[in-house]
Amino acid sequence: MKKKYSIFSLAKNALSGHKEWPKMWRSPEPREFYDVIIIGGGGHGLGTAYYLAKEHGLKNIAVIEKGWLGGGNTGRNTTIIRSNYLWDDSAHLYEHSLKLWENLSSELNYNVMFSQRGVMNLAHNEHDIKEIKRRVSANNLNGIDSFWLSKEEIQKKVPIMNTDNLRYPVLGASYQPRGGVARHDAIAWGFAMRADEMGVDIIQNCEAHQIRTKNGTIEGVETSKGFLRANKIGVVASGHTGVLAESAGIRLPLQSKPLQALVSEPIKPIIDTVVMSSAVHAYVSQSDKGELVIGAGTDSYNSFTQRGGFNIIEDTIRAMVELYPVFGKMKMLRQWGGIVDICPDASPIISKCDIEGLFFNCGWGTGGFKATPGSANVFAHTIAKNEPHQINSAFNLDRFASGRLVDEHGAAAVAH
Amino acid sequence: MLIINCPYCGPRDQSEFSNGGEAHVKRPDGSKEIGDREWGEYVFIRANPKGLFYERWVHTHGCRKWFNCVRDTSTDEILVTYKLDEKKPNLNNFKSVVKTPSGEPEVGSGNFTVEK
Repeated sequence: MKKKYSIFSLAKNALSGHKEWPKMWRSPEPREFYDVIIIGGGGHGLGTAYYLAKEHGLKNIAVIEKGWLGGGNTGRNTTIIRSNYLWDDSAHLYEHSLKLWENLSSELNYNVMFSQRGVMNLAHNEHDIKEIKRRVSANNLNGIDSFWLSKEEIQKKVPIMNTDNLRYPVLGASYQPRGGVARHDAIAWGFAMRADEMGVDIIQNCEAHQIRTKNGTIEGVETSKGFLRANKIGVVASGHTGVLAESAGIRLPLQSKPLQALVSEPIKPIIDTVVMSSAVHAYVSQSDKGELVIGAGTDSYNSFTQRGGFNIIEDTIRAMVELYPVFGKMKMLRQWGGIVDICPDASPIISKCDIEGLFFNCGWGTGGFKATPGSANVFAHTIAKNEPHQINSAFNLDRFASGRLVDEHGAAAVAH
Repeated sequence: MLIINCPYCGPRDQSEFSNGGEAHVKRPDGSKEIGDREWGEYVFIRANPKGLFYERWVHTHGCRKWFNCVRDTSTDEILVTYKLDEKKPNLNNFKSVVKTPSGEPEVGSGNFTVEK
């Protein structure tokens, strides 16, 4: 039965002490055979299952997840959403996603708390200014809202920012008003619930061990709950995608590293937009609970430990305190790391491969959350039709042979 | 933060070092005959195992010498460091603590030092 959430259902369940809410999704035991198995129950994987069922009429789908839904990078990022990318291919992909975000709460009838509070990318030197102005122009040519803010306009929007008295003064910024943040758990739960209603089996605590192939065609996947046969498998396992690809004999150009974030103690509203700075590497926004959500960088070495090195957050905190002296005495509540898979060109891979029926959606590196609905949408298309959607055709595996990279390393407005 | 045993200077703080990625990568022979795909693999693809990993480090803010290392990427434990001209150690000499390919080690996230 389709679950509806409204002010009335809230009132009704309040009367019964919130004990009668129905379960959002079933927890079935896996069947022996599925048309499509998605490995990875984060936002991207659950979204892929949702769009496969909704837009492509597939019903016999499973999503397998080694832990709990959204417990990987979906629950570990700083939830920043924007589409102000330099290159056309990226701009189209992230704008596709941003448009889906704008309608997602009503489409899912589940509040993903998408808040378009604007995203600012700071310029700290002459080169930043040129680079950012170029990107703003490229965005405008692609129909993406993006403009240049002077230092005075920044001071008006974020009065707590120290723009002058610091090593790298703030000289201006790009601003995308339609950018913002969303609730990380809600996107996973919303997709999971609606996919489950359409018959998708969501199987948690089921770790994929090995992808089995025969004569260049997919057979299925060995899991901790036994062998599951499948016609098609989509791997959306972020940091562990490379490990799974290896089990099918595929080498992917991915390196896994911890990316860190931290949140402060909750305070009253003080910053009502998202401010990112790639030059000094500190991103900040304020959650609805009042915590500052701070994004730090990746470690320089490969690692699967979900915590990262202390020197990384030390650098970020140093930059934060310089940019916002008012935060100097605040306490940090939590710190964590998520394992991101970084591509040599800092762009994702949404592609089929040499093995028939095996698809990859990976390489999102440090910026996958914003792409969740768009990535899922075009990945579902790629799996269902056996060929890429126009939007993700540039993000194939062949680009590492042809050299047609989508180099977003410096161009994407953040340092990776 | 890691403490890395530089084969020339001894144990030092990680902030003195820079990571150089996978070690023992060999440039393919016969560059005339090799196709785009093989070149692409050599240029872009590096091993990315969960578990034992051969990698390179350079003591940037010290002796500035490069050296190799075997580290467990599931725990960040550095098992051995060795000079560039030394033979690469056999991975069978080390115990991998990863139980399933994508699973977590019993004592994960760099906490192995507590155990010891």
